This record gives sequence, structure tokens and C-alpha cells, in this order.
Amino acid sequence: MTKNILEVRDLHAAYGQTRVLHGLDFTVEEGGVTTLLGANGAGKTTTLRAICAMTGTRGSMRFDGIELVGKSTEEIVRLGVAHVPDGRGTFTKMTAEENLQLGAMTRKKAREIADDIERIYSYFPILKARRDQQAGTLSGGEQQMLAVGRALMLRPRLLLLDEPSFGLAPLVTRELFSILATINKQERCSILLVEQNASLALNLADHAYLLETGRIVISGPSAQIREDESVRAAYLGY
Amino acid sequence: MELFIQQVVAGLATGSIYACMALALVMIYQAIEHLNFAQGEMAMFSTFIAWQLMQWGVPYWGAFVLTIGIAFAGGVFIERVVLAPLHNAPILSHVVTFIALYVIINSFAGFIWDFTVKPFPTPFGTSPLLGSNLIGAHQAGTIAVTLAMLLFLFVFFRYTRIGLAMRAAAANPTSAKLVGIRVGWMTALGWGMAAAIGSVAGMLIAPIVFLEPNMMLSILVYAFAGAVLGGLTSPGGAVLGGLIVGVVENLAGTFIPVIGGELKLTIALVIIVAVLVWKPSGLFGRSIVVRV
Repeated sequence: MTKNILEVRDLHAAYGQTRVLHGLDFTVEEGGVTTLLGANGAGKTTTLRAICAMTGTRGSMRFDGIELVGKSTEEIVRLGVAHVPDGRGTFTKMTAEENLQLGAMTRKKAREIADDIERIYSYFPILKARRDQQAGTLSGGEQQMLAVGRALMLRPRLLLLDEPSFGLAPLVTRELFSILATINKQERCSILLVEQNASLALNLADHAYLLETGRIVISGPSAQIREDESVRAAYLGY
Repeated sequence: MELFIQQVVAGLATGSIYACMALALVMIYQAIEHLNFAQGEMAMFSTFIAWQLMQWGVPYWGAFVLTIGIAFAGGVFIERVVLAPLHNAPILSHVVTFIALYVIINSFAGFIWDFTVKPFPTPFGTSPLLGSNLIGAHQAGTIAVTLAMLLFLFVFFRYTRIGLAMRAAAANPTSAKLVGIRVGWMTALGWGMAAAIGSVAGMLIAPIVFLEPNMMLSILVYAFAGAVLGGLTSPGGAVLGGLIVGVVENLAGTFIPVIGGELKLTIALVIIVAVLVWKPSGLFGRSIVVRV
């Protein structure tokens, strides 16, 4: 039986008085890719933000058995949860390489960090060419790669990806997703993916959940979700 | 001509004090986007601590180093205890808190050490440097200490990991948290460093303006002018702004008879108003666009 790296039970989340999530239950399998699908405003981004304590939360989220509710964002990150946020969260005034170094801020060994930076450059060679450039001047696709690279510098056990395809050209998106698949296999890092592009997400993921206005309405293996009539009509368009 | 050069050099000496205070203001502004009105009083209080240590027999440089350490701890303490709980509070809460800190620290200094003016020693002596009449030894020492401190800060922020973390926390707190940086502690560290920089400025200016609880008031106004001139978002700009204000103040005081010694402080205010009217982001700052 496979182990779950993240188990979420009855998760409620709110921004101030505005409630967004109304009792989610879902799990992320260790070493697997799980995706959250849904229309705009369904609560996908909020779910990822809730995991990192960036909203008010109630319920239970166990990461490798450790309860996350009540912990601060910094503590959760230090447990090995890396978040590629909505809008990429680039440190725009710093160089690309400084952005990568910031990703490893919680780690100590300089040698390992330097090796990891080289490894990120092997995944994304364009970042090596841009290493001394101010990150804010990078293109959208490059900044997205930088955001993924920065998250990997943590050596995360769980990678949260918020719409990595947003604003990217189709070709760049395809390249990014194939690299994500490689990373998932090679780094043994579980992924929770939020995506508007449902067919892309279902290709990468082995498990999927469909969100509607803060509730999970359908869940199952990706292959099964892909064949589901209502999902096809509403989100895949064929 | 010799008078002119003398005044420029003297301006650079006081300007380097303004530069330190401006830098302290900008460091805190970068972290919390508010101007710390109590910055000068924190520096004044630190200077009193140095004076007290010397009264107890600690030699100058021992007191100097100890005071920097105490000021640093004090800055961290003030941030953690007073400012951290306020970090989401509106701007007026901050302004009121800073004014309160100003009054409290000022009165406390008066309460402990009273308001009589005290002489403060200089380790550099008062004789002219190397027999030249261009620059006094204390002025030269002031410039040297300031430059050393600025160099240290530059290296710290540019080349150390903790410096990088502090810059990241100030530039983008949300992303900084997402890479595991403890943003609250970085802010506290910024306060500690600003207080330490201020204490150096206080100890260097005290031999000139003499030690008393209100000694930093006008210094802080000049520092504000320097910070605004250089741009509140640019540490390098603030330093340069402080130096420019020091030189301009001195030259105007010497060569424009109307201004003389009495109206010098007006220059600082004129600079503040002029910059805010014509170039609100300062010489080196970036204009901040808030999306609404």
C-alpha cells in the first residue's frame, strides 16, 4: 500500500470573513502527482495557500504525520513543503542566481547548495545563461522556470504548483511539464498541481480532484476523470 | 578657495553623520515602510550609555564597541516588543507609536542623566590632521569610521547569506516566507542594525554638538532631508543624500550671509519640500506604484 505524504481532512479556509473552502478532504500520495481542477474561483489557489498557512484555516492537514494547522508559513516550508505561488513570487530586484540561493535559505551545506544550483541549471539551461541578470527582466516563462527552480532548491518532499502554465506559450508549457515529470521521478518529490489547463494536468497527474465553489465534487484516478462525461464537457471541451 | 575646500571637507564630515542616520532611517523604511521618528532619540540614548560607560572607567573604544552591541540589542527589543504586534496596523498607529517612543526615550534620558549639557570625548583629538589646516582630526576620524561602517554594511548585504535573506524579506515578504525566511526576525535584525548605526552616528557627533537629550533633533531633520533627497527606497542614495545635505548646509551657512548659523536648519526643510514637490522618489529611489 502506498503512503500519503499529505492528508487533508475537513479543511475550511477563509480570507478574513470571506469563507472560500467548505470542508475539503483529499490526499497526496508519496512520490505521486495529484491535481486539483476547477473553474475560476473554485478555491484551487486558496487550497494551496491554506496548506502554507497563508489563509485562516480550520480542520486538519497532516504532512507525513505532522499537523500543519496552527503552524506558521516559515515552519511549514522548513518541514519540506515548497510552494510555487500564483504570480511566481520572483524576487525581481535580485539576480536569477540569488533567487535560487534564496530557495536554499533554510539549508546549511554550501557545497550541496552549489551542486543543486548546477542541477537546476541542467534542468533549465536558459537560467544559467541568465544567472547574473535581474530576475524581474526575465520573460514570463523564464520566471516560471526560476520559480520552480527556487522551490526545488529547498529539496522539498512536497511541491505545490499553482498554475505553472499561466501566461506561457504552448511550446514552453509542454517543455515545462515534461521537466516537471522528470523532476517528480528523479527527485522523488510528490507534487500537488493546480491547473486551469485540465488536459495538461491530467496527463501529468495520477490522481485528480475536481473543485466547485470550495467543495470537492469528483475525485479519482486521472484516467477515470478524463473519461468522465461531465468533466469532459465542462473542463476538457470535447 | 581654501575656505571653500575647508567648508566642503567639514560638510563631508557632518554629512557622513547625516548619511549614517539617513541610512538607518532607510533600513527601517525598507522593512516596514514607515519612517522611524524615534531614530534620533535611540541614537541619543545610546550615546548617553557610551558616556555612562566611560564615567564608570571603560576606555573609549571599549565603550564604543559595547554601546554598538547594546544599541543593537535595544533595537531588536523595541521591534519585537513594540512594533511587531503592530505590523498590520494602519499608518497612524505607527506614527503615534513613533512619536510615543520619541517622547519616552527623550524623557527617560532626561530623567536618568538630566538635561544639562555634557562634553563628550573624541578619540581622534581636536588638533588639525597632520598639521594641515584643511581638516581636523575628529572630522577625518568621523569620515573614516563612517566609510568603514558603510563598507562593512555593503559587504554584509551583498555577500552574506543573512544579508541576502534580509534583502529578500524587505523586498518581498510573502515570497521570503515561502522560502522559509523568518521575516519577523529579519525585521528585528534590521532594527538592531539601524539602532547600531545610529549609535555610531551619535557618538561621532556628540563631541561637536555636546551631549544632551535633544542633541539629535536637528541631526534627524538633516538626515530626513538626506534620505528624502537620495530616495527612501535606496540605501546608497540615502548615504549620498546625507553627504550632499552636509556640504550644502555648510557652504550655504558660510557663503550666503543671510543664512549664517541661524537659518541653517531651514535648508534641510527647503530640501525636503523641494524634493517632495519636484521629484518625490528622490534622486535614486524608484517610484512606488500601488495597484488599487
